[in-house]
Amino acid sequence: MSSIDQMSVKVTAIEQVAPMIKAFTLQPLEGQLTPFSAGAHVVVEMGEGEQRYRNAYSLMSNPNDNRQYQIAVRLQEASRGGSIYMHEQVAVGDELKISPPANLFAPAWKANKHVLFAGGVGITPFLSYVPVMQQREAEFELHYMYRSQQTGAYSAELTEQLGDACRCYDADQGSRCDIAAVMADQPLGTHFYICGPESLIEAVRATADELGIPAGAIHWEEFAGAKPGQPFKVELSRSGVELAVAADTSLLEALEAADIDIQHLCRAGVCGQCVCDVTEGEIEHRDSYLSDAEKQSGKQMMPCVSRAAGERLVLDI
Amino acid sequence: MRVAPKEIQSFRDDFTYTNSAAAIERFPFPFPEDEYRYSVNIEAHQPKGGEGSAFEHYIDVDEHYLSEMAERELVLDDMPSRCLAMPHMELACWDMLERFMVSLAEDYPEHFALTRDGDNWHWENKLLHIDDHFTFGDSTTLPRPPLDYIGRQVQGDFALMDQREGNLFMDAGMVTCPADWSLAFDAGMSFDEWHGPVPMVHSEGIIERARKYLMALPVGQPVRRLNWTLTVNARMDTSSEKYNEWGHERASITPENVGEKIYLRVEVQVLDRMPRSNAVTISIRTYLLSLEDLVTNKAWAVRMHRTMKTLPQALIDYKGLTRFHGMVVDYLSQFDPAN
Repeated sequence: MSSIDQMSVKVTAIEQVAPMIKAFTLQPLEGQLTPFSAGAHVVVEMGEGEQRYRNAYSLMSNPNDNRQYQIAVRLQEASRGGSIYMHEQVAVGDELKISPPANLFAPAWKANKHVLFAGGVGITPFLSYVPVMQQREAEFELHYMYRSQQTGAYSAELTEQLGDACRCYDADQGSRCDIAAVMADQPLGTHFYICGPESLIEAVRATADELGIPAGAIHWEEFAGAKPGQPFKVELSRSGVELAVAADTSLLEALEAADIDIQHLCRAGVCGQCVCDVTEGEIEHRDSYLSDAEKQSGKQMMPCVSRAAGERLVLDI
Repeated sequence: MRVAPKEIQSFRDDFTYTNSAAAIERFPFPFPEDEYRYSVNIEAHQPKGGEGSAFEHYIDVDEHYLSEMAERELVLDDMPSRCLAMPHMELACWDMLERFMVSLAEDYPEHFALTRDGDNWHWENKLLHIDDHFTFGDSTTLPRPPLDYIGRQVQGDFALMDQREGNLFMDAGMVTCPADWSLAFDAGMSFDEWHGPVPMVHSEGIIERARKYLMALPVGQPVRRLNWTLTVNARMDTSSEKYNEWGHERASITPENVGEKIYLRVEVQVLDRMPRSNAVTISIRTYLLSLEDLVTNKAWAVRMHRTMKTLPQALIDYKGLTRFHGMVVDYLSQFDPAN
C-alpha cells in the first residue's frame, strides 16, 4: 500500500472501553467508506516526521456499515510508540490516514462450525465476525479471555447478545479457559480462530496437534508484528543511501522515514507485499510469508518484521 | 468516438458477427513487442486511451452488447450449468452485483440506472428493458440468483474466487464464452490446480507469484491483464463442453480462407477484490477480430506477423493452433515489409 492509496478520516469519538483500551470511531472526510469483510484490518498512519507511526488495527464495527469504521487500541507501554501516540495524542476531531481494508484473517465459510478464541484486545476482529456469522446463520462460539483490570472490553455486551455462545474468562477473577476441553468437544469440520498473544496461539496449535485436528482448520492473527532486536546498518545499492536501523525500529519503518515508499498491507510478515531483494548480509527471518527454501536462499526478506542477523545488510533498492 | 450497441448478430451457425470501423479502431490489440514472450503483464485497471477506448470504463459496453447477451441466453438455455455458485459464495455474488450495477449506472447513465435507499434498490437496464425493485442481500427478491441475474446483463465471463487456506478457489461463475475451458470442470479447484495445464509457467514460478499477488489484491484497486488465442469463425462459445461442435472447424482452414475465418481472440481479464466477502472476481471480456479486419491496421499486421512467427511450439500446441498456425504466418507475411 503506497501512500497515494490512503484515505483521510476524522476521529469522531474516542471511548475508554477497558482500563488499557480505547476505541476510536473514524469517519471519512469525504465520500463513503467501503464495506469490508469480517476479519479485515486497516493500517493507520498517525503523527508526522520523527513521530510518524503506522500500525495495523482490526476493524471491529459492523462490516455492512460504510458510514464509519471502529478500531480499538490497547496501550502497550513497551511498544515502539504507536499505541502510546493513539492513547495520548489523538483527540476527537483529529485527522488520520488509513489504508483501504485488507483481510488476512477471514472466516473459512465452508466450515461446519466456528470456534473463536480471543485474548484481550484480540476480541476486535471477532466483533466484525459476529454480525456476519449471525446474518449467515453460521454456528459459532466465542471464548474470550482477558484481565478485567486491563482489558475485557465489550464482555458484558457480548454475553448479553450471544448468551451461551459467548464464554468469558477473567484471569483477574481466577477464571481460566480449558482450551483442550473446548477443542476436544467439537464436531468434525469445526474451524478454530485465535486472535491474541503468541502464547494463546501456541496453546491452541499444540492442542490441535494432540487432538489430530488438521492444521488447515486453525487460523490465527498475531498482534501487529515488529519486535525489537539489535541495531544494524542497511545500504541501498541502487541509490547508495545508507541508513541506521535502531533496536526498536523495524527496517520498513527506517525505509519509510527516509521517504522510501514500500508497498505493504499487514506490517506483520504475513501478506508479502513489502518483500525486498537482499544482495549482501545475513538475515534474521521473522516472517511467515517466505517459504523455508526462500529463507535459506538469503536473497529476500520482509522488512516489516525481519532484521539483519549481523551488523549490515545491502538491499537492491 | 463511443460505439453504440447495434442490432443482434450471431456467434454461431451463420456467423453474422461483424466489427464496424470504429470497433476495429478500439480493439484491444494485445502484443506490446515483436517477439512473443510470456509475462504476467498485469497493470492497474485504470482508464486508458481516452474517450471511446475499450479501457475508458471499469466495464466496457460496446456495439456487440445485444449480440453477446442474446448468445449468452442461448448457451444458458441449453446448459444452465454454465452458471454456478456454491452456497458459501452468496455474499460474493452480491458483492459482484453491487460493483457492476454501481459502475454501469455511473459510466453509462443513458443505458443503466440504479437508485438505492438503504437495502431497497431499483435497477433499470434500458438496453434489455429490465426494470426491477429488490432488497440488496435477499436473493428471494430478485427474479434469479444475484450472479445469474447480473451476469446476463454484462458482456464477458465471470468467475468468483474464494480466498482460504492460502489459496484461491473457483467456487462460483458464469462462463458462456470461454477459450477452451469449462467452469463445471474447474469449479472448486484451487488457483494452482486450474492453471495445471498451462505450459512453461510452472518451472518459472509464475503461477505462484501470480497467486500471491492476487491474494494481496487490495479493495478498490482492480488490475487487468490481456490474454489471447486464435479462434476459427466468430464463435464465442468455444467451451470444452461444446468441443464436438467447434473442434473440427480447425480442419476447415485453407490458405484461401485463413484471413476471413481466423479471429484474434483477446481477453481483457479484470481482477477485483470484493469488499464484503473478500472474494476475488475475475471478469474475462472477449473481443473477436478477423485477420482480414486486423490487417487494415498496418502496424498491427506487421506486429501480428512477427509475434506469430516467434511463438514457441509449446504455446502453439497448448492454444490449439497447430493445424493452421503455418497458414496464419504465411498469410500475415504479405503485410510485413521485412519479408
